[in-house]
Amino acid sequence: MASTAGTAPVTTAPASDDSSRRRGLTGYVLLVPGVVWLALFFVIPFYSLVATSLYDPGGSVFSGYEMSYQFSNYWHAIQDYWEPLLRSLWYAGLATLICLVLGYVLAYAIAFKAGRWKNLMLVLVIAPFFTSFLVRTLSWKLILADGGLIVNSLQAVHLLGPDGRLLATPFAVICGIVYNFLPFMVLPLFASIDKIDHRLIEASSDLYANPFVGFWKVTWPLSLPGVVSGTLLTFIPAAGDYINAQLLGSPNQRMVGNVIQNLFTQANDYPAAGALSMILMILIVAMVLFYVRRAGTEELL
Amino acid sequence: MRWLRDHLVLILGILILLYTFVPIFVVVLMSFNDPSSKLIYRFDGFTLHNWLNPCEPEGMCHALGTSIQISLLATIGSTILGTLMAFALVRHDFLGRSSMNLLIFLPMATPEIVMGSSLLALFVAAGFAGQLGFWTILIAHVMFCLSFVVVTVRARLAGMDDNLEQAAMDLYATPRQTFWRITFPLVFPGILGAALLSFSLSFDDFIVTNLNAGNTTTFPMYVWGVAQRGIPMQVNVIGTLMFMVSVLIVVGSEVNSRRRTAKLATR
Repeated sequence: MASTAGTAPVTTAPASDDSSRRRGLTGYVLLVPGVVWLALFFVIPFYSLVATSLYDPGGSVFSGYEMSYQFSNYWHAIQDYWEPLLRSLWYAGLATLICLVLGYVLAYAIAFKAGRWKNLMLVLVIAPFFTSFLVRTLSWKLILADGGLIVNSLQAVHLLGPDGRLLATPFAVICGIVYNFLPFMVLPLFASIDKIDHRLIEASSDLYANPFVGFWKVTWPLSLPGVVSGTLLTFIPAAGDYINAQLLGSPNQRMVGNVIQNLFTQANDYPAAGALSMILMILIVAMVLFYVRRAGTEELL
Repeated sequence: MRWLRDHLVLILGILILLYTFVPIFVVVLMSFNDPSSKLIYRFDGFTLHNWLNPCEPEGMCHALGTSIQISLLATIGSTILGTLMAFALVRHDFLGRSSMNLLIFLPMATPEIVMGSSLLALFVAAGFAGQLGFWTILIAHVMFCLSFVVVTVRARLAGMDDNLEQAAMDLYATPRQTFWRITFPLVFPGILGAALLSFSLSFDDFIVTNLNAGNTTTFPMYVWGVAQRGIPMQVNVIGTLMFMVSVLIVVGSEVNSRRRTAKLATR
Protein backbone atom coordinates (compact mmCIF):
# COMPACT_ATOMS: atom_id res chain seq x y z
CA MET A 1 0.00 0.00 0.00
CA ALA A 2 3.07 2.24 -0.09
CA SER A 3 2.07 3.78 -3.40
CA THR A 4 -1.19 5.13 -2.01
CA ALA A 5 0.41 6.50 1.14
CA GLY A 6 1.42 9.72 -0.60
CA THR A 7 -2.13 10.51 -1.69
CA ALA A 8 -3.76 9.38 1.54
CA PRO A 9 -4.16 12.79 3.17
CA VAL A 10 -6.06 14.08 0.14
CA THR A 11 -8.68 11.35 0.04
CA THR A 12 -10.87 10.49 3.00
CA ALA A 13 -10.99 7.75 5.60
CA PRO A 14 -10.78 4.46 3.64
CA ALA A 15 -7.49 5.34 1.94
CA SER A 16 -5.81 6.49 5.14
CA ASP A 17 -6.99 3.24 6.73
CA ASP A 18 -4.83 1.36 4.29
CA SER A 19 -1.66 3.07 5.41
CA SER A 20 -2.36 2.38 9.07
CA ARG A 21 -2.56 -1.37 8.46
CA ARG A 22 0.29 -3.22 10.04
CA ARG A 23 2.47 -5.37 7.88
CA GLY A 24 4.27 -8.52 8.81
CA LEU A 25 3.52 -12.05 9.80
CA THR A 26 0.74 -11.44 12.33
CA GLY A 27 -1.85 -10.81 9.62
CA TYR A 28 -1.13 -14.16 8.01
CA VAL A 29 -1.13 -15.97 11.34
CA LEU A 30 -4.58 -14.56 12.16
CA LEU A 31 -5.92 -15.56 8.76
CA VAL A 32 -4.57 -19.09 8.57
CA PRO A 33 -7.07 -21.01 10.75
CA GLY A 34 -10.15 -19.52 9.08
CA VAL A 35 -8.71 -19.81 5.60
CA VAL A 36 -7.73 -23.43 6.16
CA TRP A 37 -11.26 -24.19 7.39
CA LEU A 38 -12.88 -22.51 4.38
CA ALA A 39 -10.43 -24.16 1.99
CA LEU A 40 -10.99 -27.63 3.45
CA PHE A 41 -14.74 -27.44 3.88
CA PHE A 42 -15.90 -24.96 1.27
CA VAL A 43 -13.45 -24.81 -1.65
CA ILE A 44 -12.34 -28.45 -1.81
CA PRO A 45 -15.93 -29.74 -1.40
CA PHE A 46 -16.82 -27.65 -4.39
CA TYR A 47 -14.18 -29.50 -6.33
CA SER A 48 -15.62 -32.82 -5.11
CA LEU A 49 -19.03 -31.69 -6.28
CA VAL A 50 -17.68 -30.99 -9.76
CA ALA A 51 -15.96 -34.38 -9.72
CA THR A 52 -19.12 -36.13 -8.49
CA SER A 53 -21.14 -34.56 -11.27
CA LEU A 54 -18.79 -36.14 -13.82
CA TYR A 55 -18.70 -39.64 -12.33
CA ASP A 56 -19.88 -42.64 -14.26
CA PRO A 57 -23.55 -42.98 -13.27
CA GLY A 58 -23.19 -46.76 -13.35
CA GLY A 59 -21.54 -46.85 -9.92
CA SER A 60 -23.12 -46.56 -6.47
CA VAL A 61 -22.20 -45.13 -3.08
CA PHE A 62 -21.32 -48.59 -1.85
CA SER A 63 -19.36 -49.97 -4.79
CA GLY A 64 -17.75 -46.63 -5.51
CA TYR A 65 -17.85 -44.41 -8.57
CA GLU A 66 -15.51 -44.26 -11.49
CA MET A 67 -14.39 -40.95 -12.88
CA SER A 68 -15.29 -41.02 -16.54
CA TYR A 69 -15.90 -37.34 -17.33
CA GLN A 70 -19.54 -38.00 -18.10
CA PHE A 71 -20.61 -34.58 -19.31
CA SER A 72 -23.80 -36.29 -20.41
CA ASN A 73 -24.81 -36.28 -16.72
CA TYR A 74 -25.56 -32.59 -17.16
CA TRP A 75 -27.60 -33.17 -20.27
CA HIS A 76 -29.60 -35.93 -18.60
CA ALA A 77 -30.18 -33.83 -15.50
CA ILE A 78 -31.56 -30.99 -17.61
CA GLN A 79 -33.74 -33.37 -19.62
CA ASP A 80 -35.15 -35.06 -16.54
CA TYR A 81 -35.49 -32.09 -14.23
CA TRP A 82 -35.91 -28.93 -16.33
CA GLU A 83 -39.36 -28.48 -14.87
CA PRO A 84 -38.42 -28.16 -11.16
CA LEU A 85 -35.36 -26.16 -12.22
CA LEU A 86 -37.41 -23.57 -14.09
CA ARG A 87 -40.05 -23.62 -11.38
CA SER A 88 -37.42 -22.80 -8.73
CA LEU A 89 -36.19 -19.78 -10.66
CA TRP A 90 -39.75 -18.66 -11.36
CA TYR A 91 -40.98 -19.03 -7.77
CA ALA A 92 -37.84 -17.43 -6.38
CA GLY A 93 -38.08 -14.55 -8.86
CA LEU A 94 -41.73 -13.87 -8.14
CA ALA A 95 -41.19 -14.15 -4.38
CA THR A 96 -38.23 -11.76 -4.63
CA LEU A 97 -40.41 -9.23 -6.45
CA ILE A 98 -43.17 -9.44 -3.83
CA CYS A 99 -40.56 -9.21 -1.07
CA LEU A 100 -39.15 -6.12 -2.77
CA VAL A 101 -42.54 -4.36 -2.73
CA LEU A 102 -43.39 -5.32 0.87
CA GLY A 103 -39.82 -4.84 2.07
CA TYR A 104 -39.49 -1.44 0.45
CA VAL A 105 -42.65 -0.12 2.07
CA LEU A 106 -41.57 -1.48 5.45
CA ALA A 107 -37.97 -0.25 5.19
CA TYR A 108 -39.15 3.17 3.99
CA ALA A 109 -41.63 3.42 6.86
CA ILE A 110 -38.94 2.50 9.40
CA ALA A 111 -36.30 4.80 7.96
CA PHE A 112 -38.42 7.90 7.33
CA LYS A 113 -41.68 7.62 9.24
CA ALA A 114 -41.00 5.72 12.44
CA GLY A 115 -39.33 8.59 14.31
CA ARG A 116 -38.23 7.48 17.76
CA TRP A 117 -39.73 4.03 17.24
CA LYS A 118 -37.11 3.26 14.60
CA ASN A 119 -35.01 0.89 16.71
CA LEU A 120 -38.03 -0.89 18.12
CA MET A 121 -39.50 -1.46 14.64
CA LEU A 122 -36.16 -2.74 13.40
CA VAL A 123 -36.05 -5.29 16.22
CA LEU A 124 -39.65 -6.28 15.46
CA VAL A 125 -38.66 -7.01 11.85
CA ILE A 126 -36.20 -9.66 13.02
CA ALA A 127 -38.03 -10.93 16.11
CA PRO A 128 -40.44 -13.39 14.42
CA PHE A 129 -37.49 -15.03 12.70
CA PHE A 130 -35.95 -16.14 15.97
CA THR A 131 -38.43 -19.00 16.01
CA SER A 132 -37.40 -22.03 14.04
CA PHE A 133 -37.84 -21.73 10.25
CA LEU A 134 -39.65 -25.07 10.16
CA VAL A 135 -41.98 -24.28 13.05
CA ARG A 136 -42.97 -20.99 11.37
CA THR A 137 -43.57 -22.69 8.05
CA LEU A 138 -45.69 -25.35 9.73
CA SER A 139 -47.77 -22.63 11.30
CA TRP A 140 -48.47 -21.22 7.82
CA LYS A 141 -49.61 -24.68 6.91
CA LEU A 142 -52.19 -24.41 9.66
CA ILE A 143 -53.23 -20.88 8.69
CA LEU A 144 -53.76 -21.80 5.03
CA ALA A 145 -55.31 -25.19 5.81
CA ASP A 146 -58.54 -26.40 4.20
CA GLY A 147 -61.46 -25.40 6.38
CA GLY A 148 -59.32 -22.79 8.11
CA LEU A 149 -60.34 -19.19 8.67
CA ILE A 150 -58.70 -17.81 5.53
CA VAL A 151 -59.93 -20.47 3.14
CA ASN A 152 -63.45 -20.27 4.60
CA SER A 153 -63.67 -16.49 4.29
CA LEU A 154 -62.29 -16.54 0.75
CA GLN A 155 -64.92 -19.13 -0.11
CA ALA A 156 -67.63 -17.01 1.51
CA VAL A 157 -66.82 -14.07 -0.76
CA HIS A 158 -66.48 -16.45 -3.74
CA LEU A 159 -62.85 -15.61 -4.36
CA LEU A 160 -62.22 -19.30 -3.97
CA GLY A 161 -64.49 -22.06 -5.28
CA PRO A 162 -66.32 -24.32 -2.79
CA ASP A 163 -63.67 -27.01 -3.17
CA GLY A 164 -60.84 -24.55 -3.80
CA ARG A 165 -57.83 -24.66 -1.53
CA LEU A 166 -54.74 -22.65 -0.78
CA LEU A 167 -52.52 -25.37 0.61
CA ALA A 168 -50.66 -27.42 -1.99
CA THR A 169 -50.85 -24.63 -4.56
CA PRO A 170 -48.10 -22.42 -6.00
CA PHE A 171 -49.74 -19.59 -4.05
CA ALA A 172 -48.96 -21.24 -0.69
CA VAL A 173 -45.38 -22.03 -1.67
CA ILE A 174 -44.67 -18.51 -2.91
CA CYS A 175 -46.31 -17.03 0.21
CA GLY A 176 -44.10 -19.19 2.37
CA ILE A 177 -40.95 -18.12 0.52
CA VAL A 178 -41.96 -14.45 0.68
CA TYR A 179 -42.58 -14.75 4.39
CA ASN A 180 -39.40 -16.60 5.26
CA PHE A 181 -37.00 -14.40 3.31
CA LEU A 182 -38.57 -10.98 3.96
CA PRO A 183 -35.94 -9.88 6.55
CA PHE A 184 -33.15 -10.54 4.03
CA MET A 185 -34.82 -7.87 1.90
CA VAL A 186 -35.81 -5.39 4.60
CA LEU A 187 -32.43 -5.07 6.33
CA PRO A 188 -30.26 -4.08 3.33
CA LEU A 189 -33.05 -1.84 2.01
CA PHE A 190 -33.28 -0.13 5.37
CA ALA A 191 -29.51 0.37 5.51
CA SER A 192 -29.66 2.07 2.11
CA ILE A 193 -32.80 4.17 2.58
CA ASP A 194 -31.76 5.29 6.06
CA LYS A 195 -28.63 6.91 4.60
CA ILE A 196 -30.54 9.09 2.12
CA ASP A 197 -30.27 12.79 2.89
CA HIS A 198 -33.78 14.06 3.54
CA ARG A 199 -32.94 17.48 2.11
CA LEU A 200 -32.63 15.97 -1.37
CA ILE A 201 -36.26 14.85 -1.25
CA GLU A 202 -37.35 18.24 0.08
CA ALA A 203 -35.41 19.90 -2.71
CA SER A 204 -37.27 17.84 -5.28
CA SER A 205 -40.62 18.91 -3.86
CA ASP A 206 -39.44 22.54 -3.70
CA LEU A 207 -38.76 22.21 -7.40
CA TYR A 208 -42.40 21.19 -7.94
CA ALA A 209 -41.86 17.46 -8.33
CA ASN A 210 -44.96 15.67 -7.05
CA PRO A 211 -44.25 12.97 -4.45
CA PHE A 212 -44.29 10.18 -7.04
CA VAL A 213 -41.85 11.90 -9.38
CA GLY A 214 -39.73 12.82 -6.37
CA PHE A 215 -39.67 9.20 -5.26
CA TRP A 216 -38.85 7.90 -8.72
CA LYS A 217 -36.12 10.45 -9.44
CA VAL A 218 -34.53 10.81 -6.00
CA THR A 219 -35.33 8.15 -3.40
CA TRP A 220 -35.42 5.09 -5.67
CA PRO A 221 -32.07 5.69 -7.44
CA LEU A 222 -30.37 6.45 -4.12
CA SER A 223 -31.69 3.24 -2.61
CA LEU A 224 -30.50 1.07 -5.51
CA PRO A 225 -27.53 -0.50 -3.66
CA GLY A 226 -29.98 -1.77 -1.05
CA VAL A 227 -32.34 -2.99 -3.77
CA VAL A 228 -29.56 -4.94 -5.46
CA SER A 229 -28.17 -6.58 -2.32
CA GLY A 230 -31.66 -7.21 -0.94
CA THR A 231 -32.89 -8.92 -4.09
CA LEU A 232 -29.74 -11.06 -4.27
CA LEU A 233 -29.93 -12.02 -0.59
CA THR A 234 -33.54 -13.07 -1.15
CA PHE A 235 -33.29 -14.69 -4.55
CA ILE A 236 -30.26 -16.90 -3.95
CA PRO A 237 -31.49 -18.76 -0.86
CA ALA A 238 -35.05 -18.81 -2.23
CA ALA A 239 -33.96 -20.57 -5.43
CA GLY A 240 -32.28 -23.33 -3.43
CA ASP A 241 -34.99 -23.65 -0.80
CA TYR A 242 -37.20 -26.70 -0.72
CA ILE A 243 -38.69 -26.51 2.77
CA ASN A 244 -41.59 -24.30 1.68
CA ALA A 245 -42.28 -26.41 -1.40
CA GLN A 246 -42.26 -29.57 0.69
CA LEU A 247 -44.37 -28.38 3.62
CA LEU A 248 -46.80 -26.03 1.86
CA GLY A 249 -46.89 -27.48 -1.65
CA SER A 250 -47.65 -30.78 -3.30
CA PRO A 251 -45.43 -32.83 -5.63
CA ASN A 252 -46.68 -30.49 -8.39
CA GLN A 253 -44.80 -27.64 -6.74
CA ARG A 254 -41.57 -29.61 -6.41
CA MET A 255 -38.54 -27.34 -6.63
CA VAL A 256 -35.02 -28.22 -7.65
CA GLY A 257 -33.92 -28.40 -3.99
CA ASN A 258 -36.41 -31.22 -3.37
CA VAL A 259 -34.99 -33.12 -6.31
CA ILE A 260 -31.34 -32.70 -5.31
CA GLN A 261 -32.09 -33.70 -1.74
CA ASN A 262 -34.00 -36.80 -2.89
CA LEU A 263 -31.31 -37.84 -5.34
CA PHE A 264 -28.69 -37.61 -2.62
CA THR A 265 -30.50 -39.11 0.34
CA GLN A 266 -33.14 -41.42 -1.09
CA ALA A 267 -32.18 -42.39 -4.63
CA ASN A 268 -28.44 -42.35 -3.89
CA ASP A 269 -27.83 -41.15 -7.45
CA TYR A 270 -24.84 -38.96 -6.67
CA PRO A 271 -23.73 -38.08 -10.22
CA ALA A 272 -27.18 -36.79 -11.20
CA ALA A 273 -27.54 -34.90 -7.91
CA GLY A 274 -24.08 -33.38 -8.31
CA ALA A 275 -24.81 -32.32 -11.88
CA LEU A 276 -28.12 -30.76 -10.89
CA SER A 277 -26.47 -28.92 -8.00
CA MET A 278 -23.84 -27.57 -10.38
CA ILE A 279 -26.48 -26.48 -12.89
CA LEU A 280 -28.32 -24.57 -10.17
CA MET A 281 -25.11 -22.89 -9.06
CA ILE A 282 -24.11 -21.98 -12.62
CA LEU A 283 -27.56 -20.53 -13.36
CA ILE A 284 -27.51 -18.46 -10.20
CA VAL A 285 -23.99 -17.15 -10.77
CA ALA A 286 -24.86 -16.25 -14.38
CA MET A 287 -28.04 -14.45 -13.34
CA VAL A 288 -26.28 -12.61 -10.51
CA LEU A 289 -23.44 -11.44 -12.74
CA PHE A 290 -25.85 -10.27 -15.44
CA TYR A 291 -28.02 -8.52 -12.87
CA VAL A 292 -25.16 -6.78 -11.08
CA ARG A 293 -23.77 -5.61 -14.44
CA ARG A 294 -27.15 -4.22 -15.47
CA ALA A 295 -27.84 -2.57 -12.13
CA GLY A 296 -24.39 -1.05 -12.31
CA THR A 297 -23.46 -1.49 -8.67
CA GLU A 298 -19.99 -2.91 -8.74
CA GLU A 299 -19.08 -2.01 -5.17
CA LEU A 300 -21.43 -4.71 -3.91
CA LEU A 301 -18.64 -6.99 -2.74
CA MET B 1 -58.14 12.34 5.18
CA ARG B 2 -54.97 14.39 5.29
CA TRP B 3 -53.84 12.50 8.38
CA LEU B 4 -54.38 9.25 6.51
CA ARG B 5 -52.33 10.49 3.57
CA ASP B 6 -49.47 11.56 5.80
CA HIS B 7 -49.41 8.29 7.67
CA LEU B 8 -50.27 5.88 4.85
CA VAL B 9 -46.73 4.49 4.51
CA LEU B 10 -46.34 4.05 8.26
CA ILE B 11 -49.70 2.28 8.51
CA LEU B 12 -48.78 -0.04 5.62
CA GLY B 13 -45.43 -0.71 7.28
CA ILE B 14 -47.10 -1.62 10.57
CA LEU B 15 -49.53 -3.89 8.73
CA ILE B 16 -46.61 -5.71 7.10
CA LEU B 17 -44.97 -6.08 10.52
CA LEU B 18 -48.21 -7.49 11.92
CA TYR B 19 -48.28 -9.98 9.06
CA THR B 20 -44.82 -11.23 10.03
CA PHE B 21 -46.13 -11.90 13.53
CA VAL B 22 -49.17 -13.95 12.45
CA PRO B 23 -47.32 -17.31 12.52
CA ILE B 24 -45.86 -16.45 15.94
CA PHE B 25 -49.37 -15.95 17.35
CA VAL B 26 -50.32 -19.31 15.89
CA VAL B 27 -47.26 -20.99 17.41
CA VAL B 28 -48.01 -19.53 20.85
CA LEU B 29 -51.69 -20.43 20.56
CA MET B 30 -50.99 -23.98 19.43
CA SER B 31 -48.58 -24.50 22.33
CA PHE B 32 -51.70 -24.44 24.54
CA ASN B 33 -53.67 -26.71 22.23
CA ASP B 34 -55.37 -29.86 23.41
CA PRO B 35 -55.58 -31.84 20.17
CA SER B 36 -58.47 -34.27 19.76
CA SER B 37 -56.61 -36.34 17.20
CA LYS B 38 -53.00 -36.64 16.17
CA LEU B 39 -53.77 -36.30 12.49
CA ILE B 40 -55.84 -33.13 12.40
CA TYR B 41 -53.77 -30.05 13.13
CA ARG B 42 -56.18 -27.44 14.51
CA PHE B 43 -57.01 -25.71 17.79
CA ASP B 44 -59.38 -27.93 19.77
CA GLY B 45 -59.17 -26.69 23.33
CA PHE B 46 -57.01 -25.07 25.97
CA THR B 47 -54.57 -27.04 28.08
CA LEU B 48 -51.33 -26.53 29.98
CA HIS B 49 -50.35 -30.14 29.38
CA ASN B 50 -47.80 -29.35 26.65
CA TRP B 51 -46.02 -26.80 28.78
CA LEU B 52 -45.94 -29.10 31.81
CA ASN B 53 -44.70 -32.09 29.79
CA PRO B 54 -42.40 -30.55 27.19
CA CYS B 55 -40.32 -33.67 26.68
CA GLU B 56 -43.21 -36.07 26.20
CA PRO B 57 -42.80 -36.64 22.43
CA GLU B 58 -40.26 -39.35 21.88
CA GLY B 59 -36.88 -38.09 20.74
CA MET B 60 -37.73 -34.40 20.69
CA CYS B 61 -35.73 -33.27 23.70
CA HIS B 62 -32.83 -35.49 22.66
CA ALA B 63 -32.82 -33.77 19.26
CA LEU B 64 -33.07 -30.42 21.01
CA GLY B 65 -30.07 -31.30 23.18
CA THR B 66 -28.04 -32.33 20.13
CA SER B 67 -28.96 -29.06 18.42
CA ILE B 68 -27.93 -26.98 21.42
CA GLN B 69 -24.59 -28.81 21.71
CA ILE B 70 -23.82 -28.40 18.02
CA SER B 71 -24.86 -24.75 17.98
CA LEU B 72 -22.76 -23.90 21.05
CA LEU B 73 -19.66 -25.59 19.65
CA ALA B 74 -20.22 -24.14 16.17
CA THR B 75 -20.67 -20.69 17.70
CA ILE B 76 -17.45 -20.94 19.69
CA GLY B 77 -15.50 -22.25 16.71
CA SER B 78 -16.79 -19.84 14.09
CA THR B 79 -16.60 -16.83 16.43
CA ILE B 80 -12.95 -17.45 17.25
CA LEU B 81 -11.88 -18.15 13.66
CA GLY B 82 -14.01 -15.34 12.25
CA THR B 83 -12.87 -12.73 14.78
CA LEU B 84 -9.22 -13.51 14.05
CA MET B 85 -9.91 -13.12 10.33
CA ALA B 86 -11.76 -9.85 10.84
CA PHE B 87 -8.82 -8.43 12.79
CA ALA B 88 -6.44 -9.48 10.03
CA LEU B 89 -8.67 -7.91 7.36
CA VAL B 90 -9.05 -4.56 9.10
CA ARG B 91 -5.78 -4.19 10.95
CA HIS B 92 -3.18 -6.03 8.90
CA ASP B 93 -1.71 -5.92 5.49
CA PHE B 94 -1.31 -9.10 3.48
CA LEU B 95 -1.10 -10.35 -0.06
CA GLY B 96 -4.27 -11.46 -1.82
CA ARG B 97 -6.75 -9.17 -0.10
CA SER B 98 -9.31 -9.26 -2.90
CA SER B 99 -9.30 -13.04 -3.20
CA MET B 100 -9.70 -13.16 0.58
CA ASN B 101 -12.79 -10.96 0.31
CA LEU B 102 -14.15 -13.27 -2.36
CA LEU B 103 -13.46 -16.35 -0.25
CA ILE B 104 -15.45 -14.80 2.59
CA PHE B 105 -18.28 -13.55 0.40
CA LEU B 106 -18.86 -16.77 -1.57
CA PRO B 107 -20.22 -18.98 1.23
CA MET B 108 -22.89 -16.36 1.89
CA ALA B 109 -23.87 -16.28 -1.79
CA THR B 110 -24.03 -20.03 -2.30
CA PRO B 111 -27.44 -21.68 -1.92
CA GLU B 112 -27.46 -24.00 1.06
CA ILE B 113 -28.41 -26.98 -1.03
CA VAL B 114 -25.26 -26.55 -3.15
CA MET B 115 -23.06 -26.04 -0.09
CA GLY B 116 -24.55 -29.06 1.66
CA SER B 117 -24.30 -31.34 -1.34
CA SER B 118 -20.71 -30.40 -2.10
CA LEU B 119 -19.71 -31.10 1.50
CA LEU B 120 -21.48 -34.44 1.28
CA ALA B 121 -19.65 -35.18 -1.97
CA LEU B 122 -16.36 -34.51 -0.18
CA PHE B 123 -17.19 -36.67 2.83
CA VAL B 124 -18.25 -39.53 0.57
CA ALA B 125 -15.19 -39.20 -1.67
CA ALA B 126 -12.95 -39.16 1.42
CA GLY B 127 -14.56 -42.38 2.66
CA PHE B 128 -16.52 -40.84 5.54
CA ALA B 129 -19.92 -41.86 4.19
CA GLY B 130 -20.43 -44.17 7.17
CA GLN B 131 -19.28 -41.64 9.77
CA LEU B 132 -21.70 -38.83 8.97
CA GLY B 133 -23.13 -37.41 12.17
CA PHE B 134 -22.38 -35.00 14.99
CA TRP B 135 -18.89 -34.05 13.82
CA THR B 136 -19.71 -33.62 10.14
CA ILE B 137 -22.66 -31.40 11.09
CA LEU B 138 -20.38 -29.36 13.35
CA ILE B 139 -17.78 -28.94 10.58
CA ALA B 140 -20.48 -27.74 8.19
CA HIS B 141 -21.96 -25.30 10.70
CA VAL B 142 -18.61 -23.69 11.57
CA MET B 143 -18.02 -23.32 7.82
CA PHE B 144 -21.23 -21.48 6.96
CA CYS B 145 -21.28 -19.35 10.14
CA LEU B 146 -17.69 -18.20 9.63
CA SER B 147 -18.39 -15.64 6.90
CA PHE B 148 -21.22 -14.05 8.84
CA VAL B 149 -18.93 -13.65 11.88
CA VAL B 150 -16.20 -12.06 9.75
CA VAL B 151 -18.62 -9.59 8.18
CA THR B 152 -20.21 -8.61 11.52
CA VAL B 153 -16.96 -8.18 13.46
CA ARG B 154 -15.28 -6.43 10.53
CA ALA B 155 -18.09 -3.86 10.41
CA ARG B 156 -17.62 -3.13 14.11
CA LEU B 157 -13.83 -2.89 13.81
CA ALA B 158 -13.89 -0.71 10.71
CA GLY B 159 -16.31 1.74 12.30
CA MET B 160 -14.11 2.05 15.40
CA ASP B 161 -12.24 5.20 16.27
CA ASP B 162 -8.58 4.29 16.89
CA ASN B 163 -7.83 7.48 18.87
CA LEU B 164 -8.43 5.67 22.15
CA GLU B 165 -5.83 3.06 21.26
CA GLN B 166 -3.39 5.77 20.25
CA ALA B 167 -3.98 7.47 23.60
CA ALA B 168 -3.35 4.24 25.48
CA MET B 169 -0.11 3.72 23.58
CA ASP B 170 0.90 7.31 24.29
CA LEU B 171 0.35 6.60 27.98
CA TYR B 172 2.87 3.76 27.78
CA ALA B 173 0.42 0.87 27.69
CA THR B 174 2.03 -2.20 26.19
CA PRO B 175 0.41 -3.55 23.02
CA ARG B 176 -1.03 -6.39 25.09
CA GLN B 177 -2.56 -4.00 27.65
CA THR B 178 -3.93 -1.80 24.89
CA PHE B 179 -5.54 -4.76 23.24
CA TRP B 180 -7.19 -6.23 26.32
CA ARG B 181 -8.17 -2.97 28.04
CA ILE B 182 -9.18 -0.86 25.04
CA THR B 183 -9.56 -2.69 21.76
CA PHE B 184 -11.23 -5.86 22.95
CA PRO B 185 -13.92 -4.20 25.11
CA LEU B 186 -14.75 -1.88 22.22
CA VAL B 187 -15.08 -4.71 19.70
CA PHE B 188 -16.84 -7.01 22.13
CA PRO B 189 -20.43 -5.99 21.24
CA GLY B 190 -19.65 -6.88 17.62
CA ILE B 191 -18.23 -10.24 18.65
CA LEU B 192 -21.25 -10.91 20.85
CA GLY B 193 -23.62 -10.02 18.01
CA ALA B 194 -21.69 -12.30 15.68
CA ALA B 195 -21.88 -15.13 18.22
CA LEU B 196 -25.64 -14.72 18.61
CA LEU B 197 -26.06 -14.69 14.84
CA SER B 198 -23.95 -17.84 14.52
CA PHE B 199 -25.95 -19.58 17.20
CA SER B 200 -29.27 -18.85 15.53
CA LEU B 201 -27.96 -19.73 12.04
CA SER B 202 -26.59 -23.01 13.32
CA PHE B 203 -29.57 -23.86 15.50
CA ASP B 204 -32.05 -23.22 12.71
CA ASP B 205 -30.22 -24.87 9.85
CA PHE B 206 -31.96 -27.70 8.11
CA ILE B 207 -30.82 -28.03 4.49
CA VAL B 208 -27.05 -28.40 5.00
CA THR B 209 -27.54 -30.41 8.19
CA ASN B 210 -29.96 -32.87 6.68
CA LEU B 211 -27.52 -33.78 3.91
CA ASN B 212 -24.59 -34.35 6.27
CA ALA B 213 -26.30 -35.75 9.36
CA GLY B 214 -26.21 -39.50 8.85
CA ASN B 215 -28.30 -40.91 11.70
CA THR B 216 -27.97 -37.91 14.02
CA THR B 217 -31.16 -35.90 14.51
CA THR B 218 -31.16 -32.18 15.25
CA PHE B 219 -34.25 -30.25 16.32
CA PRO B 220 -35.10 -28.95 12.82
CA MET B 221 -34.68 -32.49 11.49
CA TYR B 222 -37.01 -33.77 14.19
CA VAL B 223 -39.63 -31.19 13.20
CA TRP B 224 -39.21 -32.14 9.54
CA GLY B 225 -39.73 -35.78 10.43
CA VAL B 226 -42.89 -35.26 12.49
CA ALA B 227 -44.30 -32.82 9.90
CA GLN B 228 -45.09 -35.86 7.75
CA ARG B 229 -46.69 -37.88 10.57
CA GLY B 230 -48.51 -35.49 12.88
CA ILE B 231 -46.99 -32.71 14.88
CA PRO B 232 -46.82 -32.96 18.67
CA MET B 233 -47.90 -29.66 20.23
CA GLN B 234 -44.69 -29.56 22.27
CA VAL B 235 -42.92 -28.42 19.11
CA ASN B 236 -44.85 -25.18 19.51
CA VAL B 237 -43.78 -24.94 23.15
CA ILE B 238 -40.15 -25.04 22.00
CA GLY B 239 -40.95 -22.51 19.24
CA THR B 240 -42.52 -20.15 21.78
CA LEU B 241 -39.58 -20.56 24.19
CA MET B 242 -37.07 -19.82 21.41
CA PHE B 243 -38.97 -16.66 20.53
CA MET B 244 -39.17 -15.51 24.15
CA VAL B 245 -35.52 -16.18 24.95
CA SER B 246 -34.29 -14.28 21.88
CA VAL B 247 -36.59 -11.34 22.54
CA LEU B 248 -35.28 -11.23 26.12
CA ILE B 249 -31.69 -11.23 24.90
CA VAL B 250 -32.35 -8.43 22.39
CA VAL B 251 -34.33 -6.30 24.84
CA GLY B 252 -31.74 -6.93 27.56
CA SER B 253 -28.82 -5.81 25.40
CA GLU B 254 -30.79 -2.77 24.21
CA VAL B 255 -31.60 -1.71 27.78
CA ASN B 256 -28.01 -2.35 28.79
CA SER B 257 -26.55 -0.19 26.02
CA ARG B 258 -29.08 2.59 26.73
CA ARG B 259 -28.13 2.54 30.40
CA ARG B 260 -24.48 2.75 29.47
CA THR B 261 -25.02 5.73 27.14
CA ALA B 262 -27.13 7.42 29.81
CA LYS B 263 -24.32 6.87 32.33
CA LEU B 264 -21.77 8.34 29.96
CA ALA B 265 -24.03 11.32 29.30
CA THR B 266 -24.42 12.19 32.98
CA ARG B 267 -20.72 12.04 33.70
